Amino acid sequence: MKVLTLALRRLAASLPTLLLIIAGMFLLLQLAPGDTVDALMAQMGGGDPALAAELRRFYGLDVGVAAQLGRYLMRLVTLDLGFSAIYGKPVATVILERLPPTILLMASALSFAFFFGLVLGVIAARRVNRWPDTLISTLGLVFYATPSFWFGLMAIVVFSVYLQWFPPGGFSDITQTLTGVAAVLDIARHLVLPTLTLGLIFLAIYLRIMRASMLEVLSLDFVRTARAKGLSETRVVARHVLRNAMLPMVTLIGLQAGTMLGGSVVVESVFALPGLGRLAYESVVQRDLNTLLGIVFVSAILVIVINFLVDILYARLDPRIAAGS
Amino acid sequence: MRAAKAYLRSPAAVIGTVILLAVLVMGVGADWFYPGDPLGLAGRPLQWPGQNPRFLLGTDSSGRDIAAQIVHGARISLLIGFVATSIAVVIGIAIGSVAGFYGGATDTALMRVTEAFQTLPNFILLLVLVAVFGSTIETVTIAIGIVSWPPVARLTRAEFLSLRTRDFVQACRVQGLSDAHLILREVLPNALPPVIVYASVVMAVAILLESALAFLELSDPNVPSWGNLIGLGRNVLRTEWYVSAIPGVAILLTILGVSLVGQGLNDALNPRLARAR
Repeated sequence: MKVLTLALRRLAASLPTLLLIIAGMFLLLQLAPGDTVDALMAQMGGGDPALAAELRRFYGLDVGVAAQLGRYLMRLVTLDLGFSAIYGKPVATVILERLPPTILLMASALSFAFFFGLVLGVIAARRVNRWPDTLISTLGLVFYATPSFWFGLMAIVVFSVYLQWFPPGGFSDITQTLTGVAAVLDIARHLVLPTLTLGLIFLAIYLRIMRASMLEVLSLDFVRTARAKGLSETRVVARHVLRNAMLPMVTLIGLQAGTMLGGSVVVESVFALPGLGRLAYESVVQRDLNTLLGIVFVSAILVIVINFLVDILYARLDPRIAAGS
Repeated sequence: MRAAKAYLRSPAAVIGTVILLAVLVMGVGADWFYPGDPLGLAGRPLQWPGQNPRFLLGTDSSGRDIAAQIVHGARISLLIGFVATSIAVVIGIAIGSVAGFYGGATDTALMRVTEAFQTLPNFILLLVLVAVFGSTIETVTIAIGIVSWPPVARLTRAEFLSLRTRDFVQACRVQGLSDAHLILREVLPNALPPVIVYASVVMAVAILLESALAFLELSDPNVPSWGNLIGLGRNVLRTEWYVSAIPGVAILLTILGVSLVGQGLNDALNPRLARAR
């Protein structure tokens, strides 16, 4: 329970941060040339000033900036993110529709990067400075330097155009209606390439961190004790080293939640996935500032929630945290 | 001197330096290698590399020379990377050193702001900045600098926190030196090495951010950026994939060079760490 209290206290501490973000972004977007009504009028092919004034009143743009911000914050408490003029729906609805593909993509990319980062890091650390280590470390450097959108495009060329193993984009096959297991498999097939594309850079980071932290933990006294007890090397690594060496990687998940969300903007655009990232891109292009602000709010919450989960996970892995507080 | 020797003894650092120098030569000598506008019409569109000896790397879908765009793109990427990194490092050091030196309420307030920036995904903040201020090369560069400073601030703050209570700082305090002198002349020089090493990471990320933005056609369309070319090549990806492939390799090599140099600097400046590895 101590763990939960601690994590909840961290969660409460992030509320002022959230407020700061929303207020800052709201004021920043006031500087944008043209508002929702301008974009709407341009889409309709123009209109008279009376209509513009009417629309501004409808969208609550007829009062001062401070009053608008106050209203927006009041509505946020009830999770009302306003109305998207471009999509003709409440912003909350638009975002909720787009959230599942992004969460699925992030979860699968994270699992992919975490699992293979862990395995490769352990292999590299156990064969340190020999050829498996050199190979893995070099691969890590190259993956780190690969722009994700470019890797995605090249993966489409190889795996979709030439080999035709995976579809080049989309979230599911729209030419046929699938149900049950078939639908799940269909979505999984569509997510293979985006997962690899988004996960690649994190794989590179995780394997490097895992290798370094394995090497550090392997040199500690308790490992020597475990070896002196006569445990086999595999058992030493699996039971004693791994759990301790994983801690820096778990910290990184929280730190990089935002980077991953940002990365999904690009990856979703490459693979035409109908997710939150693509919505962010579309709302910039279409100047749908209300939706953009909503996305900022939701992505900040997403990052905070991921950090909350990481705090709990971290405390479970490292009992010293719960005991120390 | 010892650091320089250690740096040159590491093969990774040497490879990185060579790559980075090659990109630098391309960028500096761009007008000499390929005089004239790299975005101007050069010949028949979509010629494969090697098809026409005049175009070493072929032409894109608008009939522009890809090799010329790569060479001129090196200048843009390095310039954006360098300027954006400088902006991020200056903001980060300013905020981190004040927060770490004074502590207390100043520290809390500045770290709240830093946290806010770190909670917001930096690419999404970048999108917002571009949406608000437009996408000329200047605004994009400044925007990348603005989204990249928080880790630098945290690093600087941590260094200041551990340095500010050391004896040599206390000695200067007793002499009645001003806070500005203490921060700039005494503590900062000691806090700088890890920040300089981290700047290589910031630069790599800055180059990647610009190319991603250009790929999404949200960066300046009037400069020969590698990301722009990848974005254009996307339309002919199924058949003429080389248009996207070539600039991607250029980005990859540049980032690789920057990371290797950073790693070499890290090992050379932290000899204790290098030996442990």
